[in-house]
Amino acid sequence: MADIIYFDNSATTKVYPEVMNEMNRIYSSVFGNPSSLHRLGNEAEKILTESREIIAETLRVSPNEIFFTSGGTESNNWAIKGIARANKKRGKHIITSAAEHPSVLECFNYLISEGFSAEISGTDQSGLLDIESFIEKINDDTVLASFILVNNETGAIQKAEELIAAIRAKNKKTAIHIDAVQAYGKIPLNLKKLDADIVSISAHKIHGPKGCGALYIKENTRIIPILHGGGQENKYRSGTENVPAIWGFATAAKIIHENIEINRNKVKRLKSIVISELDKYFGSGGYFVNSPEDSYEGILNISFPNVKAQVLMQHLEAESIIVSTGSACSSRKNVQSHVLTAMNLPRERTEGAIRISFSGMNTEDEALRFTEALKSIVPKIRYR
Amino acid sequence: MDRKLIYVDHAATTYIKPEVLEAMKPYLTELYGNPSSIYYLGRESKKAIDEARSQIARCLGAQPQEIYFTGSGTEADNWAIKGAAYANRKKGRHIITSAIEHHAVLEPVEFLRREGFEVTYLPVDQNGFVNPADLEKAIRPDTILVSIMYANNEIGTIQPIKELAGIAKNKGVIFHTDAVQAMGNIRVNVMDLGVDLLSMSAHKFYGPKGVGCLYVRKGVQLEGFMHGGAQERKKRAGTENVSGIVGMAAALKLAYENIDRYNEHLRKLSSRLIDKVFERIPHVRLNGDRHKRLPGNVNFSFEFIEGESLLLMLDMKGVQASSGSACTSGSLDPSHVLLAIGLPHEIAHGSLRITFGEKNTEEDVDYIVDCLEEIVAKLRQMSPLYEDFVKRNKG
Ligand SMILES: Cc1ncc(COP(=O)(O)O)c(C=O)c1O
Ligand SMILES: Cc1ncc(COP(=O)(O)O)c(C=O)c1O
Repeated sequence: MADIIYFDNSATTKVYPEVMNEMNRIYSSVFGNPSSLHRLGNEAEKILTESREIIAETLRVSPNEIFFTSGGTESNNWAIKGIARANKKRGKHIITSAAEHPSVLECFNYLISEGFSAEISGTDQSGLLDIESFIEKINDDTVLASFILVNNETGAIQKAEELIAAIRAKNKKTAIHIDAVQAYGKIPLNLKKLDADIVSISAHKIHGPKGCGALYIKENTRIIPILHGGGQENKYRSGTENVPAIWGFATAAKIIHENIEINRNKVKRLKSIVISELDKYFGSGGYFVNSPEDSYEGILNISFPNVKAQVLMQHLEAESIIVSTGSACSSRKNVQSHVLTAMNLPRERTEGAIRISFSGMNTEDEALRFTEALKSIVPKIRYR
Repeated sequence: MDRKLIYVDHAATTYIKPEVLEAMKPYLTELYGNPSSIYYLGRESKKAIDEARSQIARCLGAQPQEIYFTGSGTEADNWAIKGAAYANRKKGRHIITSAIEHHAVLEPVEFLRREGFEVTYLPVDQNGFVNPADLEKAIRPDTILVSIMYANNEIGTIQPIKELAGIAKNKGVIFHTDAVQAMGNIRVNVMDLGVDLLSMSAHKFYGPKGVGCLYVRKGVQLEGFMHGGAQERKKRAGTENVSGIVGMAAALKLAYENIDRYNEHLRKLSSRLIDKVFERIPHVRLNGDRHKRLPGNVNFSFEFIEGESLLLMLDMKGVQASSGSACTSGSLDPSHVLLAIGLPHEIAHGSLRITFGEKNTEEDVDYIVDCLEEIVAKLRQMSPLYEDFVKRNKG
């Protein structure tokens, strides 16, 4: 277990040791309920306030626009249902892309049962939204447009500025939600400049704890809560705050943003090592790169002709190398990736697609050990 | 700071037990896999969740498939209420709850009312009890859900849940109970109680914050609440809070193992506090039933006193107590629970909730009583109302 090579950082990440230390400290010494008026309550409240400031800073927004949640899924559920329901008197059309995470797509599906017309727009060969046809579908009734910034399966980076400007030009009342769960901490985000209305992020994708996330909600955005109760988070998200995890989230956010450039260069280097080694050994026709040209380098989606992804994964695991076949949420279902399918890739490329996702904690040596393993495994498992 | 610090606000939240934190640690360090991943690290996380589910099911007398993890007690309540209402709206749109529920129940119910559901709020008697006959009468052919809390977070009243659930069952209505305060204090068994849905929250029984659980009896129609990945058998999407779930199971197991001793400990402290306060401080009432209440809960109203001032002065002496539920403690409105048991506004304002925990001692109680005697006297001296009262009684 010690020298396991973990290349599935899009599924989840290992908590930074500093984050663990900090969480341990809070667990052992700050246990008050932030809503309590006494000293122990105040101490917890302070941790919460500071965490909010740290997260706000990383997104270039103000702290009162940050709301903590139980994870990226809750953030997406809240954003989509909360916006749709709050604006349903103005219109019932909502739109997103076919390459979204299930926590977005399933909300769209669900809202159909509440009488919304939920539209799914297609993507191009690279997995990016076809901006023109997306904009075409937006009309006066469109209250919400939601899109993923960095795709969790391919790493494709949506051209957000261009897209947002086009949405605004078509209908300036359409609220814009971004699923930035995979983008946060990986590429710099300046939400004020980006002009998005609501943005989802999640702690466990940036070496923070599982079960903690946040939603950025621009001031004056019309949204209603999905969790009603005691009125925490400025009355917008009820439930006793998960103080240790929130502090862990903030600590991880701080570390990853301090290292954002170093990490980016690191994963770039790892990706180029893998690609150049595979090029050398398999040749350009001997494998496919499914991630688009200028995607986020930390996610690399590839396939080998006549190789089943599951089989390849298992062989790699036997050598303590961990990759995945796509999003973790769907990896127990033996289905084709909806993202790659949306990209119109041929079956031989989707059925053999593996996703390699790096983090700043990975090393060049690991990348080399990985390509060596591929060289020995792939020829053995081709079914034709 | 070597000042005394006495925490008697365990109903607001508890510290995490060291054993519980230890059980969580592997899942915050080396075993970091996503439970949905099929490789070794993922399977280890999945196994931990499955074990936690079985553990909790064993404590509750439920089947593991009937246990669903959530991000808090509030989420469990929201899910139970909205999920049951939406899944059954074709059958009817009438919901019954009580006047003294936690806001995590009242607010979702209020949300549903705005969405077109009808709500009946059952009254409670002067000790906070729902009268089963009232429930019987309130159920209509279009009633789809009854939600009544097991134990009240402010005055500790323990409802006759078995009887209430039985009434709902006879009429074919889904019965939910918010057991967030009961759990860890009462040996809850869902089979024995006959409830359909039950919520709990780990941070109330020495487990971590940010994790809760909803028991859903097999066959109960419940719509999903968080949509997305296929976690929790497609009923509650979201990457699982593995360490939190493990922590909740460990905490519940410890709670069940020690429940009798714990109860006895708490009851001793509560009785000592109640007796001494009645002995030494005049014009005080105990809110809630003297006996059928959570063993660690004491709720007083001191006449002629502002609860906020009392709390502040207690805090200065190191006593960490509360005026009611933590969630609303920032607000100046008197507690809806105290109003529901018939306290006039001015008396409801002078209330103090003390909730004991494992580490509290008899010395703590004695110190609190000393503080209370001194502070109450001081505050009354400054109160014009008290002055009038004293004059009137002399004259
Ligand atoms: C793009 C994207 N959105 C949302 C989520 C859901 O976040 P969480 O796992 O915190 O629920 C994930 C990860 O699973 C993701 O990759
Ligand atoms: C009776 C009751 N229900 C629900 C809750 C909400 O639980 P959580 O704090 O986990 O959101 C609480 C505590 O705040 C409570 O006391």
